[in-house]
Amino acid sequence: MKVNFEHLQAAHCENGVTTNLLNRTGVHLTEPLAFGIGSGLFYIHIPFLKVNNAPAIAFRTMPGNIFKRTCQSLNIPVVRKKFNSEKEAERFLIECLEAGQAVGCQVGVYYLTYFPKAYRFHFNAHNLIVYGMEGDHFLVSDPVMETVTSLSRYELERVRFAKGTFAPRGQLYYPKAHAEVTPELMKQAIKKGIKLNVRDMLYIPGNIAGVRGIKYTANKVKKWRDGLGLEKAGLYLAQLVRMQEEIGTGGGGFRYIYGAFLQQSQTYFPDRPLMDISKKFTQSGDLWRNAAVQASGIYKGRITEQKDFDLMADYMYEIADLEKESFKALSKLKW
Amino acid sequence: MKKEDVPQDKSALDNFTKEVCYALDDSGKYVTTLSTGWEVKTVALDKTWSDIEHRIQAVKEKVLRKEASPVLFFMEARLMDFEILAAYTGFWQWQIKRHLKPNIFEKLSQKQLTKYAKAFNVSMDDFKTLTIHES
Repeated sequence: MKVNFEHLQAAHCENGVTTNLLNRTGVHLTEPLAFGIGSGLFYIHIPFLKVNNAPAIAFRTMPGNIFKRTCQSLNIPVVRKKFNSEKEAERFLIECLEAGQAVGCQVGVYYLTYFPKAYRFHFNAHNLIVYGMEGDHFLVSDPVMETVTSLSRYELERVRFAKGTFAPRGQLYYPKAHAEVTPELMKQAIKKGIKLNVRDMLYIPGNIAGVRGIKYTANKVKKWRDGLGLEKAGLYLAQLVRMQEEIGTGGGGFRYIYGAFLQQSQTYFPDRPLMDISKKFTQSGDLWRNAAVQASGIYKGRITEQKDFDLMADYMYEIADLEKESFKALSKLKW
Repeated sequence: MKKEDVPQDKSALDNFTKEVCYALDDSGKYVTTLSTGWEVKTVALDKTWSDIEHRIQAVKEKVLRKEASPVLFFMEARLMDFEILAAYTGFWQWQIKRHLKPNIFEKLSQKQLTKYAKAFNVSMDDFKTLTIHES
């Protein structure tokens, strides 16, 4: 049993699942368009919370948002289900496949056997598509992998019912119907996506989210050397770099994907300066990568002085100012 | 970042996959390209893992000195915190904290121990002898 399905690799799992599932319903989006319409770009540093003994920092919006917002904006109805029992979750999945429906599943990566061991943490908001079943194995299209793969029934059950933060509880989802997306609807969706992203980056109250969140981290970084010691400070910076660059961001903490989104949106709005604003995001991504190189000097133990931490913070202040300017420019667009 | 500047360094992705990166072509247009990895983040990941190895080793010694129970060792080895372990075992977090004490751990029933062994994905023997088989 196998659904007719085309595997396309993406930078990020949720973008990939979104574009690949929508593709099947006749809506052809690129990864950057899905990311931008879903207002995927973000920054948040959650104080007091630790992930793997280091600060909780994210460069993108909450898991699930991109698929949800993209489908909403394009008026595509979505089926989404969680389950209390493993048996029921598997039965429903098989029924979908029998009906010819490829299905998105939220999974934990700790027991995801086809991932390299070094990447397997208790992170429960990974997404993949199940598109068939052969014998005792489910056929899996994981958008971050180059090719399709498979999981045994037990393996899939184990990752669908991973426990902890964002526990998936067997969650699956798919776009319900064949949809017609007119160029006018696409324009509306792009506009909406940009507006929401402006709000997320500029206007969330408090100082931990959006561009102010970047400054929040920068202020912390300055105190890490003396406050935590070099070893722990290095670990914290390593965590920052991993969140920014690890498989899924497309480079530069999603800033390059966002730049690509603005470029592709230019086609829909030929007389708006989206190309120019896109350049600012490229610059921003480049700065993030320079900052990562600086951070790596610290966690490699090559540079150890307070001025090295200050320089790291300075990069982040510069990024915060630049991104504020970029989103201000987006907010001033006359649609 | 220009397409030709996308790093192609060795990484843990070797023999598994390559990752998609977004970069600019000569005309300034965004295109996707595959990367084998970037040294800067490979070192970040290595750093994270060497810290984990250190912690596992430290906890192992603590357990051997009878200052903590095997539960603590496997929590580190399986990268779990109290929240995750509570969710996998069905125990409350305060119960697990008690079970970290060797004298209380000694008194756990077979049924309780089985819950832990299952959550840590180890056999009962391995659980008691602090043995890890990779799976």
